[in-house]
Amino acid sequence: MSVLVIAEHDNAELKPATLNTVAAAAQLGDVDILVAGENCNAVANTAAKIAGVGRVLKADASALKTGLAENVAPLIVQLSSGYSHILAPATTNGKNIMPRVAALLDVAQISEITSVVSADTFVRPIYAGNAMATVQSSDAIKIITVRTTGFDAAPAEGGSAALEDVSNITDAALSSFAGQELTVSERPELTSAKVIISGGRGMQSGENFPMLEEIADKLGAAVGASRAAVDAGFVPNDYQVGQTGKVVAPDLYIAVGISGAIQHLAGMKDSKVIVAINKDEEAPIFQVADYGLVADLFEAVPDLSAELNK
Amino acid sequence: MKVLVAVKRVVDYNVKIRVNSDQTAVETANVKMSMNPFDEIAVEEGIRLKEAGTASELIAFSVGPKQSQETIRTALAMGADRGILVETDIMVEPLAVAKCLKAIVEKENPDLVIVGKQAIDDDSNQTGQMLAALLGWSQGTFASNLILSDGSIKVTREVDGGLETVDLKMPAVVTTDLRLNEPRYASLPNIMKAKKKTIDVTNPEELGIDISPRLTVLKVEEPAKRLAGVMVEDVVQLVDKLRNEAKVI
Repeated sequence: MSVLVIAEHDNAELKPATLNTVAAAAQLGDVDILVAGENCNAVANTAAKIAGVGRVLKADASALKTGLAENVAPLIVQLSSGYSHILAPATTNGKNIMPRVAALLDVAQISEITSVVSADTFVRPIYAGNAMATVQSSDAIKIITVRTTGFDAAPAEGGSAALEDVSNITDAALSSFAGQELTVSERPELTSAKVIISGGRGMQSGENFPMLEEIADKLGAAVGASRAAVDAGFVPNDYQVGQTGKVVAPDLYIAVGISGAIQHLAGMKDSKVIVAINKDEEAPIFQVADYGLVADLFEAVPDLSAELNK
Repeated sequence: MKVLVAVKRVVDYNVKIRVNSDQTAVETANVKMSMNPFDEIAVEEGIRLKEAGTASELIAFSVGPKQSQETIRTALAMGADRGILVETDIMVEPLAVAKCLKAIVEKENPDLVIVGKQAIDDDSNQTGQMLAALLGWSQGTFASNLILSDGSIKVTREVDGGLETVDLKMPAVVTTDLRLNEPRYASLPNIMKAKKKTIDVTNPEELGIDISPRLTVLKVEEPAKRLAGVMVEDVVQLVDKLRNEAKVI
């Protein structure tokens, strides 16, 4: 069986989520990768080095530059014959494009799988991860998005895949890119960070987030937030960890002033070590924390910063 | 301009769900059911378009059991004009919902369909994108802002890196994210008024749609529980534990 993985990238760099997706795909068959973008040579070359990848299909056209689903989905459909499975990471790109592919092929999509049981059977979280469903697909081709925290990354080096160009790319002329406001940060990306420090409603204001950033910089961590903190405008939407934001599983997750609504827990409860700092000892976050500290965060966080210097 | 919104009846977001004893599904008997929160945002956006004079009519759509009429009724109480229920007792998958929606769209000819980005029960995040594909329409997923102009719609999307804005040719499908708006509560007079609004009921057979599931649920289980942790006295002890016990810093 052959499996096609849709690469996550920004035309300059291949994103780590691709590696986890390749690892899931490798359990199903021989892996090819599609790099769809514009001037994405460097990405295709990086993808070709991933261990175990047979071919890298490079589709290079202006219509694909910003990953518009209306243009990328028909391309994937065109390439689909010969593949038993098509996988993409469950990033906002993957979530945007893959259901469009599935509908065009008249098949179901299996969203956010966390493990592969067999070629047609997968485990996926439902109800914000409060239940895990094992589902079997009867469709001829399986369209899947992969929850990257469920799979260890495939080795980025060691492969030497053949590069092939894909032609016949058309612009559906249904949509166009009009701009973006991306959060610029020197810190690691939330979804691939080894350590994350997140703030919630208890932070009281966006002006207090530099307290967390200071600690993040000492630990090489990413900064996240609960939905409450994002809704209150403390930090931008891309900080949100939870059922409908980002799902993370770092080695260390420090929750500061976060009460622990099930929707937030859904996004971080697979972290290896969880620390909770909250002044309310009844806060549900303590039920999932490995280490809990009942304290006023405005005292505990500066103390933590000082202690980390020792 | 006509706007269609889709709403789903789901287990209320505050309910702590339980897996049933034979591990085949999540227990939904005697559990509080509500409108999917993302769909409330879709309904609210439709009402705002009506209030702004952009939309002339707002239709609330659902696929599901008879009780889904209550969910549609909630949308009518919020401000939708009329409802359409495609009634079925089968657990419908997103592809089937998209096919039912397509059939209704072809009858009603709305210029804009707004749906929640995901339902909080199956967490699929598929229906809007699938509908756009089946209709050959543009799609604006995970929307946090909409600006309509003649024949096109500017959608700001919540993406992994921040925000992205796309221009979509109308007709279009939009899926809502959390920051698009804050849905209103239905007032008592509006709840009373909603009782007089019509809900047309049809079914997949009448629409000529095969809704049989493509996925078989073999098992539903509780996730592995985390072991109880310990409380630390102070920051000094915390850092010591992280360095010497957990060894994560």
